[in-house]
Amino acid sequence: MTVLDTIVGEAQIIVSCGSGGVGKTTSAAAIALHAARIGRRVVVVTIDPARRLADAFGLSDGLTNEPTRVELAAADASIAAAADTATAGGTAAAGSTAASGGELWAMMLDPSTTFDELVRQYAATPERADRILVNAFYRNVAGALSGTQEYMAAEKLYQLHRDPRFDLVVVDTPPTRNALDFLDAPATLTRFINHRLFRLMMLPARGGMKVLNIAAQPVLRTIGKVVGGDVLADAIAFFQAFEGMETGFRDRADAVSELLHSPATSYVLIASARRDTVEEAQYFAARLTESKLAVAAVVVNRLQPSFGESTAVDAFAAAEKADAGGQTELAVLWRNLGELRALADAEEAVIAPLVASTGEHAIHRVPLLGNDVHDLGGLGDIAGHLFEA
Amino acid sequence: MDSLQFFAASRLVIVAGKGGVGKTTVTAVLAHAAADAGLRVLAVELEGKPVLADLLAGSSVEVLTITAPEALAAYLDAHGLKRVSKRLATSGIIDVVATAAPGIDDIVVLGKLKQLEQQPIYDLIVVDGPAAGHAITFLLSARGLLDTVRGGPIRTQAQDVLDMFNDPQRCQVLLVSLPETTPINELIETAYLVEEKVGVQLGPVIINGVDLGEPITVGSDRKPIKPAAREAALVAAAEFRNHRRDNQRAELARLRTDLALAQMVLPQLPVAGIAASDLPALAAALLEQIAMLDP
Repeated sequence: MTVLDTIVGEAQIIVSCGSGGVGKTTSAAAIALHAARIGRRVVVVTIDPARRLADAFGLSDGLTNEPTRVELAAADASIAAAADTATAGGTAAAGSTAASGGELWAMMLDPSTTFDELVRQYAATPERADRILVNAFYRNVAGALSGTQEYMAAEKLYQLHRDPRFDLVVVDTPPTRNALDFLDAPATLTRFINHRLFRLMMLPARGGMKVLNIAAQPVLRTIGKVVGGDVLADAIAFFQAFEGMETGFRDRADAVSELLHSPATSYVLIASARRDTVEEAQYFAARLTESKLAVAAVVVNRLQPSFGESTAVDAFAAAEKADAGGQTELAVLWRNLGELRALADAEEAVIAPLVASTGEHAIHRVPLLGNDVHDLGGLGDIAGHLFEA
Repeated sequence: MDSLQFFAASRLVIVAGKGGVGKTTVTAVLAHAAADAGLRVLAVELEGKPVLADLLAGSSVEVLTITAPEALAAYLDAHGLKRVSKRLATSGIIDVVATAAPGIDDIVVLGKLKQLEQQPIYDLIVVDGPAAGHAITFLLSARGLLDTVRGGPIRTQAQDVLDMFNDPQRCQVLLVSLPETTPINELIETAYLVEEKVGVQLGPVIINGVDLGEPITVGSDRKPIKPAAREAALVAAAEFRNHRRDNQRAELARLRTDLALAQMVLPQLPVAGIAASDLPALAAALLEQIAMLDP
């Protein structure tokens, strides 16, 4: 049993996090696929707009903001076919058949639509909601405000967690500059809504002041000078319509934040064997510990495989010897083996601090595969490296 | 192409690519190579991480960090709006302003770059641009703001930046990728988006981490070594390496077909993560690649 075996059996939420380009989406998909195969009713939420995941799941229509069922029978056939043709090991998980009751669903987060749904839910009247939804300032908040995507990912996770169709939610976090943004997103948005400037802009709805009068306030006049009057008028109109909804939003953000910090949520750190991604993972691990949360597991992707038992030094010595004996071809073979081994050793050295801080048991190594992962067979291959059961 | 001719093509070079492809490394290598060619070089990073400065420690390249709040305050100061800048600098207001007109945080950073570009202090300014998703919004911010903001200093700033983008002698974008299917697909998508929507000149694409080398011969009539497990390991290692090099070559060939931009490749080094001590070798490799470009 690997640590991930335990997690997929017990967790209600699994969050896949790490810096960009380390294979978060692929890891989340492989974890979700395996969870379904052991009988969980799992939904995987991806943020990645590329069609890769939809293609890998055989969903020809792509993914939408609503969960779509992935045919596990088709998945099994595809995995079995992949297992038949696989030359290397690591297809242990792929060989078994799905436990009964398991279901796999997938969706792609649409932050803007998710935000619109929240507005409809908390607006006092449908007319009020419509006024907000068409407002230019709101469209900017929903579409471009930094942190919105992260917050909507957390919000969607909260909704899916309460959805009786699923007993496990696997979420792939957005490719942020900082993996922590996801954890902090609900608080960031609450802070934004509570900003004193916004409270100022909400005044008119209470006092019946006109937009023009509000815009004459010194701070707002200042902002108006920089961004122009129309933009400011849109912002004020938004806050007038938003009046009364802040409490609902704030309570919801608090509930989402609480869920992210509850024992129901397991964090899986994804890294590759590069110093920067390892440092990011360690930083995140430290932050989780600070928040009294545990790093459930670490996945290190794309590790250089080693071949045979010879050390790099021995291999290079053997190459020298072969050269001296005129065996050029053998020398090239030894040198190649030595180079691959040296790189594998360098990678182990880079991940060593991470291994030391989380413990060897938490580390799941996935070797660099010969081909890009683009179908269920490939995902099954990865799952084979993550799970034993 | 002569390296001085290459680096003189535009004073401002923005390096862009998906996270994890080695954008910061390539920025450092370009800056290092230009400094090796005798130029006065400034390297700029936008995310407040010290990686670029670490990589370029020991070179003559100057390194500068530009963040949006500082750039906005400096811009307003310089335009006689000191009181405004004080107010905006208080915590969080930049978020509000940036939300009112998305792209303002990007445009003040680009404005600062434009200001540097117009001063004759540096021969070349290399920018470690934002990661791909954000790179497009970053580059599009000028055009977007011209649509939303109808007057005032920000509009002027956006127009100035757009003028710079449209002049290949002032600014170009270099895209970075890895020799693998998904990063190459994303590189092609980004290239078309940048050309169509931003109108900025694209320089040669730089493919980072290429495993160069000739195919390794296996399966000739050489006498196998003993024990058999050792022979099998040698053969498996060679086949793995050959397979990966074949894949990389195929990806580079596909890129050549699908995207009409010159290619430069940087070798994969036998290290896990590039350090300052690796830069001279990579800079030399880049200068060789530049020499092979058509003038």
